[in-house]
Amino acid sequence: MAKSKSAYSSPTKLSKLETHIIVVWVDNEASVLSRVVGLFSGRGYNIESLAVAEVDQKNNLSRITIVTTGTPEVIEQIVLQLKKLVPVHKVGNFKREDKNVIFKEMALFKVIGNSAKIKKALNACKKFNPVILDQTNKSAVIQITALRREIDKMTKNLKSHGLISVSRTGAVAMTRGAEIFN
Amino acid sequence: MQLQLDCEMPKLYTGAEILFKCLEEQKVSHIFGYPGGAVLPIYDELKNHSSVKHILVRHEQGAGHAAEGYARSSGKPGVVLVTSGPGATNVVTALTDAYMDSVPLVCISGQVPTHLIGTDAFQECDTTGITRPCTKHNWLVKNINDLQRVMHEAFIVATTGRPGPVLVDIPKDIQFAKTKYVSLKKEKKIEIKKNNRFNQKDIDQLIELMNKASKPIFYTGGGVVNSGPKASELLRELVALTGFPITTTLQGLGSYPGDDNQFLGMLGMHGTYEANNAMHDCDLLINIGARFDDRITGKIDEFSPKSKKVHIDIDPSSINKIIKVDLAIVGDVKDVIRSTTKTLKKKNLNLEKSNKQKISKWWQQIQKWRTKQSLNFINSDKIIKPQHAVQRLYELTKNQDTFITTEVGQHQMWAAQHYKFNKPNRWMTSGGLGTMGYGLPAAIGVQVANPKKLVVDIAGEASILMTMQEISTAIQYNLPIKIFILNNQYMGMVRQWQELLHEKNYSESYSEALPDFVKLAEAYGCVGIRAEHPNELDEKIEEMISVDKPVIFDCHVDQAENCFPMIPSGKPHNQMLLGPKDQEENKITGKGKALV
Repeated sequence: MAKSKSAYSSPTKLSKLETHIIVVWVDNEASVLSRVVGLFSGRGYNIESLAVAEVDQKNNLSRITIVTTGTPEVIEQIVLQLKKLVPVHKVGNFKREDKNVIFKEMALFKVIGNSAKIKKALNACKKFNPVILDQTNKSAVIQITALRREIDKMTKNLKSHGLISVSRTGAVAMTRGAEIFN
Repeated sequence: MQLQLDCEMPKLYTGAEILFKCLEEQKVSHIFGYPGGAVLPIYDELKNHSSVKHILVRHEQGAGHAAEGYARSSGKPGVVLVTSGPGATNVVTALTDAYMDSVPLVCISGQVPTHLIGTDAFQECDTTGITRPCTKHNWLVKNINDLQRVMHEAFIVATTGRPGPVLVDIPKDIQFAKTKYVSLKKEKKIEIKKNNRFNQKDIDQLIELMNKASKPIFYTGGGVVNSGPKASELLRELVALTGFPITTTLQGLGSYPGDDNQFLGMLGMHGTYEANNAMHDCDLLINIGARFDDRITGKIDEFSPKSKKVHIDIDPSSINKIIKVDLAIVGDVKDVIRSTTKTLKKKNLNLEKSNKQKISKWWQQIQKWRTKQSLNFINSDKIIKPQHAVQRLYELTKNQDTFITTEVGQHQMWAAQHYKFNKPNRWMTSGGLGTMGYGLPAAIGVQVANPKKLVVDIAGEASILMTMQEISTAIQYNLPIKIFILNNQYMGMVRQWQELLHEKNYSESYSEALPDFVKLAEAYGCVGIRAEHPNELDEKIEEMISVDKPVIFDCHVDQAENCFPMIPSGKPHNQMLLGPKDQEENKITGKGKALV
C-alpha cells in the first residue's frame, strides 16, 4: 500500500447500499425544509426525491417524504440526525422493498400528435391510471401515478408517441392496513 | 383598588427591553459583544440593566470564544451580542467551534429591519441561513410577540441534551416594537426533546459485561465535563469501585484526576503509549460521553478489535456513528454513572477485591507499557524544550486552582500531555474544530467567570496572532490573564507533518516577521516577559504569576521539537511512533521507518 500522506485515515470498506423512504413530520415554519435538506447536503447524504406539503393545518404540520440511498449505517444516522432537529416531531423509515408500505409518484406527460397518436400514448399508460387533464386536436396532458421505475420506463416508451415534456413529483408513502406510523 | 389595577392597560415593553428581561430571568450576568447599526436599540437599553455586564471585545470572533471560555469554566451558557452582516459572519467560527465541542452559547444578532430583509440592504446577510449548519437551532424573530418565547426556548435548546450554540436574529424594527411581557413562571412550559431514556435493564447489562471482563477500560470524554461537576465526582467513585483503568479524550481532561494511578493519560493521536495500547488490547471498552472522534480511533477497521463496546451518551446520533457498539445507553452520563454505581454496590459488595484479582494481569500488562514512558523527551540545559516549559508551568501553578486555555497545534498537545488536571472545567481547548486563536479570547471569558483565579493561555506564536487584538479587552476590564507563548517561530504542527510526511518541505510554515512580543505587550499596556534559557525559566514563570496584570510571556523554545508519541495516519492504536530515544533504538532494528 502506498504511504499515506494524509492527516486523516483512509476510507474503510463500505457495506451495501439500500434505498429507503424517510418520512419526516415537521412544524410548518419558515426554513424548516432548508434545515432538513441542509442536513442531507451538509453530511453528504443522498436525496433521490423529495415531496413536501402541509398535512395538518390545525397543528401546522408538514410531511416531508425523502427517498434516499445509503449504507445501513448512513440510513441510521439520517434518522437520528433528523430527530435532533428542533422542528422535527417524528421520523419514519421504510425500506423500498417493504411490502407493508405503498409508494407512489405522479407524473404529467405532454404528448404532441394527432388523435390516433395520442390514443396510442394513452394506451401505453393504461396500467398506471391515466387521466387526461387537457386535450387539443394536436396535444394532450396525461397524468399517471406509478412507481419511480415505472415512470422512468414510461418516459422512455412515450418518446416515440410524441412526448415533449415531463413533470413529476417525488414519492409519497403510506403504510397499508389500519395502523398508522407513530 | 385591585379592580382598578386589573382595568389598567398592561405595560408595553420594547423588543430591546424584553430581550433584557429574558436575560435577567435566565440569570445572565455577562454578555460578550460588539455594537453596530442593527443592535443599537439593544445597546441603548443596556444602561437600564445593571445586573447584565457587557464585555466589549475587539472582534466578534473574540466575543464567541470568550463566551465559550465563560461557559466551559462556569457551566453556564455564554451569551454573545453582535450586529448584522459582518458582526454575524465574524462570529461564525466561534459558533462552529462551540457546535463541535458541545458548548452552550446563546448568540443574539441584530438584523436589518424586516421590510428590508432580502433587499441586499447595508450590512444585511442571511444570518440564519449562514448559521444553520453551525448551530443546534436558530430563529429569525419577525414578530415582536414571538420574541420572549424564542429567547427562553433558545436558552433551553442551548443547555439541554448535548449542549451547543443557538442564534436568535432580531431585526431592528422588532427591537423597537412594543408588546406585553409575561414572566417566565407564568408562561406555558416549553416542550423540549429529552434523551434521558435508559433503564435498569441497560445498567444490568453493563454490569454483566463488567463482571465478565478481564481487560476492561473506561474511555471518557467531554460529556462527563458537560454533565456537571457531580458527574466527575461520580466517575471517580465508579473507577475506584471497579479498579478499572481509565483514559480520557482531550476534552475529558480534568473529569478524572490526572495524577491518579488508575489514569493512563490521554488517548488518541498524541495520547500515551499505555492508553492507546490498552484501548487496542482491551476486551471491554466503556465509552462515557465521548464520540469516537477520528483523532481518537485511528484506523477504524483495526480499532480495539477484541473488545465488547459500550457507549454511554446523551446524543443518540453519536451512537453507532463511527464505531458499532454492543451496548448503547442513551442518557445523561451523571445519571447513568449514578445508577451503575448504585447497582454495583447492591449486587456485589466485594467487587473491588474480586475485580482487582481478575484484572491484575491486565494491570501488569499496563505497567509494562508504562515503562516505555512515552511522554519522555530529551531535555536540554542550553535551550528550552517546550515540554519542559509546560512541566515547569504545571509545577509552579499546581498549588493553586489554575485554569488553562490553549490555542491549536503542538503547544496544545504538549499542554494536554504535561499539564495535569484534577478538576473538571479547568481545561478549555478547541478540539473538534481546532481553531487557532481560540485560547486568548477564551481566557478572557474564563477570567470573567472566575475573577480571582489564575488563568493561563498556553499558546503558540502563530495562533496567538490570529486574535491578538483581544489583549486590549483584557486590559480594559483588568483581566489578569497570562499568555504563555511557546515560541518556536513555526506553525509547529504543520512543520511536524511536513517533516514526517512531506520530505521536510516546510512550505509556508515558518513565521516570518514575528513581532517583538515584549514590546507588543508594552504597547497594549500589559506586561511582557521573555525567557530564552532554561535556567531563567522558573524565575520568569514565577514573575508572570505574581503580576496582577495581563502578561504576554514569550518563551523561546526549541524550533525542531516534535510532538510524540503519535499514531501516524492510517495506523491502529498499537502502532505508535515514539519519541527520539525510542526511534533511535528502532532505527537499529529497522522497524522505525515503516512506522512513519
